[in-house]
Amino acid sequence: MSDARGGHIREINGPILRIHLPGGRNGEQVRIGGLDIVGEIIALEGDDAVVQAYESTEGLRPGEVIEGLGHPLTVELGPGLLQGIFDGVQRPLDEIAKQTGDNIPRGLRIDSLDRSREWPFVPRDGLEPGSRIGPGARLGSVQETETIEHHILVPPTVRGDLIDLVPAGRYRLDKTIAQVRNAKGDVHKLKLFHRWPVRVPRPYGQRDHGVEPLITGQRILDTFFPLLKGGKGAVPGPFGAGKTMVQQQVARWSNADIVIYVGCGERGNELVDVLESFPKLKDPHSGRGMMERTLLVANTSNMPVVAREASIYVGMTMAEYFRDQGYDVVMLADSTSRWAEALREVAGRLGHMPVEEGYPAYLGSRLAAVYERAGRVETLDGARGSVTLIGAVSPPGGDFSEPVTSHTKEIIGTFWALSKELADARHYPSVDWVDSFSQDVPVAAGWWAQQISGAWSKRRTEALSLLARDAELSRIVNLVGPEALSPAQRWELEGAALIKEAVLQQSALDDADSYCSPNKQFELLELVMQVFDRGKELIALGAPVQELAEHPVMARIRRAKSTWRSDEIDQLAEFAGEVYEALAGLQSEYASSQETAS
Amino acid sequence: MSNVEYRRAYAAQGGLLIVKGVEKVAFGDRVRIRDHRGRKRNGQVILAAEQEVLIQVFEGTDDLDLDNTWVRFLDQPLSLTVSPGLLGRVFNGIGEARDGRPPIVDGEARGISGSAINPAARNYPREFIQTGISTIDGLNSLVRGQKLPIFSASGLPHNRLAAQIVRQARLPGEASNFAIVFAAMGVSYTDARFFRESFSDSGVLGNVVMFINHADDPPVERLALPRVALTAAEYLAFDLDRHVLVVMTDMTHYAEALREVATAKGDVPARKGYPGYLYSDLAEIYERSGRIRNRHGSVTMVPVVSMPSDDITHPIPDLTGYITEGQIVLSRELNNQGVYPPVDIAPSLSRLMKDGIGKDDTRDDHPRVANQLYALYAKAQESRNLASIIGAEELSARDQRYLEFAKDFDAHFVGQGEDENRSIIETLNLAWQLLSRFPREALTRVSELDLAHYHRSGEKAA
Ligand SMILES: Nc1ncnc2c1ncn2[C@@H]1O[C@H](COP(=O)(O)OP(=O)(O)OP(=O)(O)O)[C@@H](O)[C@H]1O
Ligand SMILES: [Mg+2]
Repeated sequence: MSDARGGHIREINGPILRIHLPGGRNGEQVRIGGLDIVGEIIALEGDDAVVQAYESTEGLRPGEVIEGLGHPLTVELGPGLLQGIFDGVQRPLDEIAKQTGDNIPRGLRIDSLDRSREWPFVPRDGLEPGSRIGPGARLGSVQETETIEHHILVPPTVRGDLIDLVPAGRYRLDKTIAQVRNAKGDVHKLKLFHRWPVRVPRPYGQRDHGVEPLITGQRILDTFFPLLKGGKGAVPGPFGAGKTMVQQQVARWSNADIVIYVGCGERGNELVDVLESFPKLKDPHSGRGMMERTLLVANTSNMPVVAREASIYVGMTMAEYFRDQGYDVVMLADSTSRWAEALREVAGRLGHMPVEEGYPAYLGSRLAAVYERAGRVETLDGARGSVTLIGAVSPPGGDFSEPVTSHTKEIIGTFWALSKELADARHYPSVDWVDSFSQDVPVAAGWWAQQISGAWSKRRTEALSLLARDAELSRIVNLVGPEALSPAQRWELEGAALIKEAVLQQSALDDADSYCSPNKQFELLELVMQVFDRGKELIALGAPVQELAEHPVMARIRRAKSTWRSDEIDQLAEFAGEVYEALAGLQSEYASSQETAS
Repeated sequence: MSNVEYRRAYAAQGGLLIVKGVEKVAFGDRVRIRDHRGRKRNGQVILAAEQEVLIQVFEGTDDLDLDNTWVRFLDQPLSLTVSPGLLGRVFNGIGEARDGRPPIVDGEARGISGSAINPAARNYPREFIQTGISTIDGLNSLVRGQKLPIFSASGLPHNRLAAQIVRQARLPGEASNFAIVFAAMGVSYTDARFFRESFSDSGVLGNVVMFINHADDPPVERLALPRVALTAAEYLAFDLDRHVLVVMTDMTHYAEALREVATAKGDVPARKGYPGYLYSDLAEIYERSGRIRNRHGSVTMVPVVSMPSDDITHPIPDLTGYITEGQIVLSRELNNQGVYPPVDIAPSLSRLMKDGIGKDDTRDDHPRVANQLYALYAKAQESRNLASIIGAEELSARDQRYLEFAKDFDAHFVGQGEDENRSIIETLNLAWQLLSRFPREALTRVSELDLAHYHRSGEKAA
C-alpha cells in the first residue's frame, strides 16, 4: 500500500503496545515486528501511538519494526462469503486449517475471499455504457449458492457514468467487471468484490419501520415475545441457561434470507456443532440446505481478546452488505458480554477511568452504536432489506442488574430473559415469561391475525394472564398449602402447568418439534386454552379437578407437540377434535347429573 | 543474549521483579534468576519496555536482595520438554522433575502457552465415556474431548469422586486406556498422597504424569502449572494418539494466584478483586481440551473448582461455568445426609451429552429417561418445599409420591459405593425402577414406546 510508513515498538504489555510511528491515525492497521502480526491504532500521543494487537504478542521485543498500513480494518465483500467460517478479523479459518494445520499461526497473510475461484456473473439487464450509476446500484449478480443470488453492488463511494461492463461469463474475484468515470473524470475499476471499513456503518437510503415478525419456529419467542425483522433483541441468562441454544435455533429455523452467526469469545465446539450439523439440515422455508445461507465468524474464548472486539463489527458489516442487496439478514452475537469485556480489558490497559465493575464510561454508548446498526431500511438502490440483531448477554453470577445487561435492556426492543430455575428444572427454552418483554407485539399481532388466526391476540393474552395467576396462586400455596385454594383456582394451576408443558416447553433436540410452524404454534395454544375453558365449565358443574387433571387425554395433549410435526397439522387438528369430543362427553355427563341432583 | 547476566534489579514486590536498563527483551521470555544465596529462581517477562522489564517470578520474590540478584534472559518462551518418558513422572509447576529422577532431555521443547486450536480443525466430541457413576453417565454424560468440571466446596468429597472417575472411566465394553495428566495446584500433602495412592492401587501409575504444586509451594508457580500440564496432555493426545484424561485440582487456587499477581501489577479489578481478564485466562486453559480432525487422541478435562463460601455465583465457578461444557455440582446437604457422591443434579449439566447418547451410543431411551428424571426431581423439590411449610402429612397423594421418589432417588440412584462401577445399562434400568412407581400417564417425557418396553407398572421399586 502506498501509504505505508515505518516506526518501531516501544513497549509490550500483553495485547497492548506503545509504538513510535509518526503520522499514525486512529483506527489505522499496522503490521508488527518480525512476526508480522496485525494490530490497530487505538490512541495517539504525539508521534507515539497505542496499538491493540489481534494476535499474541509473545516473543516481540521493543525496537522491532512497525509498518503503518494507511487504512483502517476493512472486510472484503463479495461472492465466497456464504458457508464460510472467518475469524474475528475476517481471515478464512477453513483455508487456514488447510494451509497450516490444527492451530492458528501468527502473522498470516491470506485473503479473506478466494481469488482463484471463478463465479458465474450475469450483468443486470438494461445497463449500458453511458448509463448513470450510483452507490449501491446493482451491476449484476452471481448465483453464489443454490438459494442465494449474490448481487454485485457499486461500492457506496462510487458514482458516475458506466464506461463498460463485462458480458455474462465466469470471472475471478479481482477481475475488473466494470469501469465508471466520476464527475472529476477519474475512472473506478469495479470488481466482483469491494472493501469496507468495519467501524463505519454502511450507508442506506432511509430507515423504514419493521412490518413483519421474524418467524423462528420457537413458540415462546414467536407467540409470546415476538421480534420483528430488523428488530433488536437480547438473550440474557446465567451460564447453562440456553442462550447459545436459542441463538442456534434462530440460526437454524428462522425465515431470514441470510444468517450471520458470530461466536464472540465462546466455545470452539459450539461453532463445530454448527459446521457439522447445518449441512445436514434443510431450511423449512426454502427446502434448501441450511448452510447455504449461513456464514460464521469465530473468535473463540481462547483466541486473542482484541480480535473479539473487532469480530462484532466484522459480522455487522457483512450483515449490512447483504441487507444492501435487499435481503433480510439475522445476525446472532454470542456473546456481547465477551465483546464488552474485551472493551474493558483494553480500557483498563490504557488507564481509562473505570466506572462500574471495571467497565469504562463509554460502554453504554458503544453498545448502543452497535445495536443501532440493526434495522430495516430502504437501500441506496431503493430495495428493502433488514438486519435483525440478537445478542446473547452473559451476566456475571446471572445478575441482570450488572452493567452490560442493564445497558442492553435500554437499547433493545425484545428481551428474552432466561431463568436458572427453569433451566435447572429442564424447562427449555428457559425463557422467563415474567421478566421477558417485546415491544413488537402490536405489529406482530397484525401479521398473525392476517396470516394465521384472528384469535391470536386474545389467546396470547389469556395464556399470559393465566401464567401470571399461576405465579400468584403458587405464592399462596407456598404460604398456606394447596387446601386453601378453591377448585376453580386449582384448575388454574393445572391450566398453567398445561401451557408450560404443552406449549412453552420445546426441546431443540426433538426432531418433530425443534421447528414449529406458526400454524402448529397457534393450533397447540388454541387446544390448550380450549381445554382450560371447557374444564372451567366442567368444574363449575362439579367435576373434581383431579379427575380432569388425570384424565388420559391430558398426557396425550402434553405429547401432542412431539407427536405431530409442523406438516402434520391436519392430524393435530383431528386430535384436537377428539379432545373436544371427550370433554363434551364429560360435560353432558356432569350437566345431567347436576340436573338430576337438583 | 542468554549468556549475559544482569545485576540491574530495581524493585521487587508480590512476586514481581522490575529490571531496568536492559534492552530488547522479548515479551513472554523465560528468565533465570540467581539470588544472593546463589539459589536459582525462574521467571517470565510480562511487560517489556525500551529500558525496563517486568518479570513474574515463579518462586516468588520473598527475601530477594536486589543488589545481589542476577538476571539472565534465556531468549526462549517457557517450555516443557516432551517425550514418551513423561509417563510415570512427577514434576513441579514449571516442569522440573520433583521425583528425584533426572530431567527429561531427549525430547522436544514445546512452548507452554499453546496457540488456539482452529475451530475449523476441531471434531465435535461425541464418544460416550462410561464413568460408572449414575448421576454422570445417566444424567450428565461425559464424552471424549469434553471439559466437565466438578464444582465443590471445602469438606466435600471432590477428590474421591475425581479419583473414582479416573479409576473407572472407559468406553463401554472396553478396557480403560486413558493416559492421565494430574495437575495439582495448591493442594495439601494429604490430598496429593491420596491421589498418588489411588493411582498406584489401581495400577495406572505408569500411565500418569503428575504436576504438583503443594499448598506451601510458591503461588506464582500455579500460573504456569496448568499450561505445562496441558502441553504434556496435548503431546500425549495429538503426537502419541492417546486418549488423555486431565484432572486439575484446584482451579480456585490457580485463580487466587492470578489475582495476587494482578493486584501486584495494579490491574483494574472487575469483581471481587479478580482482574477483568480472568475469563479469557481461564478459557486459554479450558479450551485446550477437545478432539481434532484426523487425530486419533483426545484431551478430556475434569477440573475441580471449589466454590468459595459454597457460592456458585462467585467469579471463579461462575466464569468456569461460562467456559466449560457443563458442570457436576456437589451439595453439602446431600453430603451431610451421607449420600456419596453428593451430586446435586439440578444445577449439574453436560452440554455435550446430546450427541454422545441414545440409540447408537448407549440406549435409545437414554435422552428421554434423563429428561423425565429431571422433570420429576424438579417437581419433587417443589413438594419438598411444600412439605417444609405445611408438613409432609398434609401433602396430597401426588405430592407424597414425589417425596418418596426423591428420597429413593437420592439414596439409590445418586448414592452409590466408591467402588461401585455401574454400567450405563444398569444405570438406565435403575432409573426405570424409579420411574415405574409412577403411572404411565404421569410420564410424558418418555415415549409411549419406551413405556411399553421398560415401564413395569405394579412392580415395586428397589
Ligand atoms: N431449547 C432447548 N432444548 C433442549 N435443550 C436445551 C435447550 N436449551 C438449552 N438446552 C440445554 O441446556 C444446555 C445449555 O445451553 P446453552 O449452551 O445454550 O447455554 P448458554 O446459556 O449458552 O450457556 P453459556 O453462557 O455457558 O454459554 C444445552 O447444552 C442443552 O443441553
Ligand atoms: Mg452459550
